[in-house]
Order: sequence, then structure tokens, then C-alpha cells
Amino acid sequence: MAISFEIPEFVQQMAQMAGFMAQTYMRPHARRLDENEHERPKEFVEAMWPILRDQQKATLDKLTAPPANGGDKGGEPKKKRPGTRNLQLMLMIEQLAWGDAGVYLCLPSAGLGGFAIEAVGTTEQKLRLLTRFAEGDQPVWGAMAITEPGAGSDNSSIATTAVFDEEHNQWVINGEKIFITSGKLALEESNGLVIVWATVNKAAGRAGIKPFVVEAGTPGVSIGKVEIKHGIRASDTVSIVFNDARIPADNILGSPEVQASSEDKGFKGAMATFDASRPIVAASALGVGRAALEFVKEKLAENGVEIPYTLPYHKLTAVQRDVLEMEAQWKAAYLLTLRSIAMLDEGLHNSLEASMAKVKAAKACAWIAQKAVEMLGMMGYSREWLVEKWMRDSKIAEIYEGTNQINTLIVARRILDYSRRELA
Amino acid sequence: MVSFTPTEEQQLLLDTIRRYAVNDVRAAAHDADESGQIPPELTRTGWQIGLVPSAIPEELGGFGEMSALTGVLAAEELAFGDLAVALQVMSPALFAYPVSLYGTAEQRENLLPAFLEEQFFPATAALLEPGIGFDPFDLQTVASASNGSVCLNGSKAYVPLAEDARLMLVYARNAESGDVDAYIVEKGAAGVQIEKRELMMGLRALPTYRVHFVNVEIEAAARLGGAAGSDFNALLNRSQVALAAMAVGVARASFEYARDYAKQRVQFGKPIAQNQSIAFMLAEMAIEIDAVRLLAWEAAWKLDRGEDATREAYLAKQYADKMVLQVADNGLQILGGYGFIREYPVERWLRNGRGFPTFTGMAMV
Repeated sequence: MAISFEIPEFVQQMAQMAGFMAQTYMRPHARRLDENEHERPKEFVEAMWPILRDQQKATLDKLTAPPANGGDKGGEPKKKRPGTRNLQLMLMIEQLAWGDAGVYLCLPSAGLGGFAIEAVGTTEQKLRLLTRFAEGDQPVWGAMAITEPGAGSDNSSIATTAVFDEEHNQWVINGEKIFITSGKLALEESNGLVIVWATVNKAAGRAGIKPFVVEAGTPGVSIGKVEIKHGIRASDTVSIVFNDARIPADNILGSPEVQASSEDKGFKGAMATFDASRPIVAASALGVGRAALEFVKEKLAENGVEIPYTLPYHKLTAVQRDVLEMEAQWKAAYLLTLRSIAMLDEGLHNSLEASMAKVKAAKACAWIAQKAVEMLGMMGYSREWLVEKWMRDSKIAEIYEGTNQINTLIVARRILDYSRRELA
Repeated sequence: MVSFTPTEEQQLLLDTIRRYAVNDVRAAAHDADESGQIPPELTRTGWQIGLVPSAIPEELGGFGEMSALTGVLAAEELAFGDLAVALQVMSPALFAYPVSLYGTAEQRENLLPAFLEEQFFPATAALLEPGIGFDPFDLQTVASASNGSVCLNGSKAYVPLAEDARLMLVYARNAESGDVDAYIVEKGAAGVQIEKRELMMGLRALPTYRVHFVNVEIEAAARLGGAAGSDFNALLNRSQVALAAMAVGVARASFEYARDYAKQRVQFGKPIAQNQSIAFMLAEMAIEIDAVRLLAWEAAWKLDRGEDATREAYLAKQYADKMVLQVADNGLQILGGYGFIREYPVERWLRNGRGFPTFTGMAMV
């Protein structure tokens, strides 16, 4: 390998395509969907479903194709060249979040649930559970349910239980999950599914926590509260109540060995999901940050303010300094995100880099959006423009997929080589 | 394809520099700072790693491997050892690289072979000017044509190794065109007045000088690049990127030292690193260091592709200036009282790190 920042041509084109979708199906509706909080982004969903469905189908086809045709099935595993799958996703999400960070979360796909299935599911499970996202005319959503009223960052204290009923060969789930993105879309508005993290043995702590697949139409599952939010208002955020919800025995995610493990492999599966999803959250923050930054530069240019890249610091105006700082922060966040993504595509362990990227991108872009509101004065604060919305939208990246504090803690543990106990 | 892994050759080079930085440079850095002298054998050992010779074009006997990316990797590692030593060892590059890039065939053939010798060949460049409002695009040093030759007038500051330098590249405003050009001035040229060493807050081991040019007459052919001239903006970008990478090296030195200290230092019955207040500082430092490293890498990568990297280099350097100060300050803070004692290196890293906003033109990749 050699150090390179070259985005392959076809990935660039794909990102441009996403940019076009954002421009066409998101921006024109952004204000309306923010004001009418629980309205669905129909235009966007309809435009995206066929594309995402076909992408999912291509991924699944690879699972069943013989290795000679580039598939994974059978034979010795090939030595893999680094792919671009995560890179494509990163750049696509960045573009879509530029369009609208709340609407992007309504992408009709397996979503975070898909990440979990990819990370720990067996081939049989991938085919059985993901096929619904690869066919049909009606959009389907997947979701992930970890957080509970009493278990936020401390997700090892999950209280939702899964008890095995041998007589019926079923798992019985009880408890309440909150803050589930696209939960209602997955369970009530499509034939989707939710990955639910529940404990099979509270006394075992983390080792007892396993991922379960709860499909739409499961009796005993109901949507509780539909949240009203500070930002990303177009996104569907709900709580789900499980009241003796029964799911098939093989809807526990992963191989029987993983399922039976007394170690915390299931929990580690959740963490592996974060290694892939945190860079994506970073990418979404970058999209919002870029929207705000571009807008500010555009408005400043209209008012005759140019941004020089050759003047020494002492010759810059305060406004120029602000914009340059915003640009540098954005670029740094972008590069940290790109690194965590490239490592993922290379199959390298990226927990540290994923948390670094998430912390930096979320913080930098929330700051950029806040700065944009400030710099544009009364117009920045006005709902006539989207800047104030971007500021509200940007905040979520510092919170979900692990708050910035938790991610900073992860970075700290890694660089200090400390266990959870040594650095609490 | 996006990748963040250096080539095997780069990795080997980095390992060599790291051994030099950790074993040789670190062992000597404290005394060098206190005495204001870098031991000649330390400079020689650093020189013999061969960074500058390998960048000299192949047809002149070098390896022609002038890569800004390799340059920033090396610069970080050298500065991780000690910034003054890094700037001294790389000072000849201030002259050799611009000549390699823009020199006429004659300039290259005449001037570059000296940089292939095993002995350290002192050479330098003069860009900075005295005063509080330095702007590299608004130089007060002027080059004016007179009777077929060029006449240099003006003052330069912080010129590394000026007294020993056999060759010096002087940046001046071309009185005719208004552009910044570089001029080759040899040791002993009439009218070059080298003052006493500059006394600085940091970089105390590095000899730098204020230099005055009073009607210094040089041949017209001493203009870098001859009639075609040189691309000052591109050279400045190479300098900004080199400095950004060195800032990363200084910051990383402070970070690693503070991290190791915090794991050892026990208060209230546990290492202070087990407090989130300290651990979070270290995490922030690590993130910011990586951020600037990537900014420098990207700018260098663009330079190697022959693309305009003005924006990237500028942002990297601006960010690096702030980052290194913040990280080095935190490093000192984590050591508490010991951080303030000169026996420990962290205060030196803060003094050295503080200089980056003013070091324009003092390093080059």
C-alpha cells in the first residue's frame, strides 16, 4: 500500500449521484418536513427504495454465488483486496445528510439492523432476514434497539429479557426500548425488522446480552411513544414495548456457538456494529457541517467577503478567521472519518479510529453549524433559511451511536491501554 | 484507492529515523538546548540517514526520490526527536530542494553534487524578515537589476545556520515584476552582513541569524530558475506542509511523554491517568494530533501529484500552529510542577511548539 487520498472514479460518480438525489428529493422538502414533524419524506423514500433494494440484492447474490463469480460461498476464502463498500457508504451518507440529516435517516433499508446482521449473522440468517430489503415495490425498514430508559451509555445494564420457551421453541421477550430510529417505519409501516438487544441471564452481565430479531407483525410488540425532537425532526424516533413477544428460536442472531457462549461475544457483536456505524454517523455530521459551511461562504461571497488562503494570520479579518477555522475543522473531521472508513474496507480493526472520527466530526460540525447561525445574524436565526435547522440537526451526532463523552472514553482507554475497570 | 499505510520503503526509512530520534537525538536534546550547541556528530548521523541526497535528481547521482509525502513522514519523526535538531539536519534542503525543483540545468549541475557528500553540507534559505507584520507575499527585501547583474537589499531574520552556510537561497521581491523570486548567494558575498545569533524562546540549540543585504551584487544567472524563475507559491506550500508535519512530531513527543507519565504517577492511590480529567485531555490530544497529521499527509499527497495544494497546505499549517501549542501546553500541565522544570523535556516542547506560527520558510519537503 501507499498513502493515498484518491477516491476511485466510480465512487466519486456514486457520491455525485447521491448529491443529485439530495438536491432533488431532500432540500426542496427540508423545511416542510422539519415543520410538519411526523410527516414522511415520501418523495425521498420513493426515489431511494429501488436503488437501495437493488444494492441489497447485489450483496445477497454474492452470498449465494460460487466463488468463481466473485461470491463468498464454499471453498477457501479468497485473499480479499480492499473493497470500497464502506467508502461508498460514507460518501453517500455525507451527501444525503447535506440534503437533510433527518430525511436521510428515513432511508428505506436494513439500516443499523442490517449492520448487526452483517456483523454477527450466519449466512442463513443474512439470506432469510435481508431478502425483504432486496425485493418488492414497497419500501422496507430495519432498525436497532439497544437503549432503554435505564440503559443509555451504560448499555450493559440492559433490562429487557429474552427467555427461551423450549416447549414452543421460541424466545419470549419482555421490556421497553427507547429512541429507536425508524422503529415505527420498520414495525408498523413496512414488513421490516428490529434488532433487539436483550439479556438471557442478568447475572452474567455483558455475557448475557444477545441480539434478537423481532419482525413486523410479531404479537406482543407495540410502538409506545413517538418522540418530538430538537432536530432531525423528519426522522422517526419511537419507543417499543415488548409484552411476551414471541419470536422463532433461530431469530437469535449469530451461530449457535456465539449464542451459547458464556463470554460476551454477543455484546462484542454490538460493539463491532459500532465500528462500522460510528464512521457513518461521522459522515452524516460532515454532510450537515458542509451544508452550513457552504451556505455561509455563499452568503459572504454575495456580500463581497472572500476567503484567502495565502494571507498571514495577522492580516485576516475576524470573519475570514472564522471561516478558515471552520474549513480546517471540517477537513480534519473528514480525513479522520476517511481513515476509519478505509481501515474498515481493508479489514483492519478500527475501534479507536472510529471513535476518534465520531468525536471529531460530531463536535466540529455542531460547532460549524452554531458558528454559521452566529455569523449570519438575524437571518441565521430565522426559520426562513435552513441554517438554524442545520444547527439543531447537527447536535444529534454528538449524542447517538454513543455520546461524544463515551466515545472519548473509548479513545482514552485505547491510547492508555486501560480496561473498562481501570478507566471507568 | 484510499489508504493510510506508508509504503514498505517509507516504513523502513521511518524506522531508521525513529531509532535516530529516540536513541541519538533525545539523549542529546536537553544539553543541546541548554548549551545552544548541537553536537556535530549528531548532525552528521542525521545527515547520513540520507534524506536530502535521496531527493537529488538521479542524473546528478541522487535517487531522485523527492516526495513531499516521504518528506512529511520523515519530518514528523525527526521533530519527534527534537525540533532544533530536525531543522538543523534538514536545513540544506531549504536550498537543495528548490534548486532540484526549479534550478536551471547549470544551477543543478553546479550546486547539487555538494549535497551528495557524506559530510553534512551546510546550506540554508532566508525568507523571514524582522518586524511584527511579516507577510511572505509582501517582502521588503528587494532584488533590482543593475548593469546586467542583480542587486539585493534588505534584512532577513531567523536564518538557520547562516554563519556556516556555504550556500544561501534568498527570497526577495523582484523590483521589476513584483513577484517573489529566489536568489542564490554564496558564502562570503560582498555586502552580506551576518549579525550575532538570534536569541529565541525556543529552538535554543539551533543557530539562527539576522542577515542584512547591503547592495549585494550577484550575477543575473543567480536567479533560481534563470529566466523561467521559480514558483514561490508552490515552495511556500512545501514549507507549510513540512512545518505542519514537524508540529505533529513535537506534539506527539509531548503527548507520548505525558501519557506515559500519567500512567506512572500515583496520587490518591492510583495513576493519575485513571482520572477522566487527565484521560480525556490525553484522548483530545491524540485526536488533534492525528487530525493534523492527516491534513499534512493530504497536502503532501497533492503536492506529489503536481496539483495546487495552496488551500490544503494553508489549512494544515494554520491548524498545526494552534494544535501544537494546545497539545504541548496540555502535556506540560499533565506533568504538573515537574512540567515546569527544565530537567523534563515537556517545557522545551512547549517553547519549541510556540514558534510554529513564526517559522515560515524554515523547513521544506
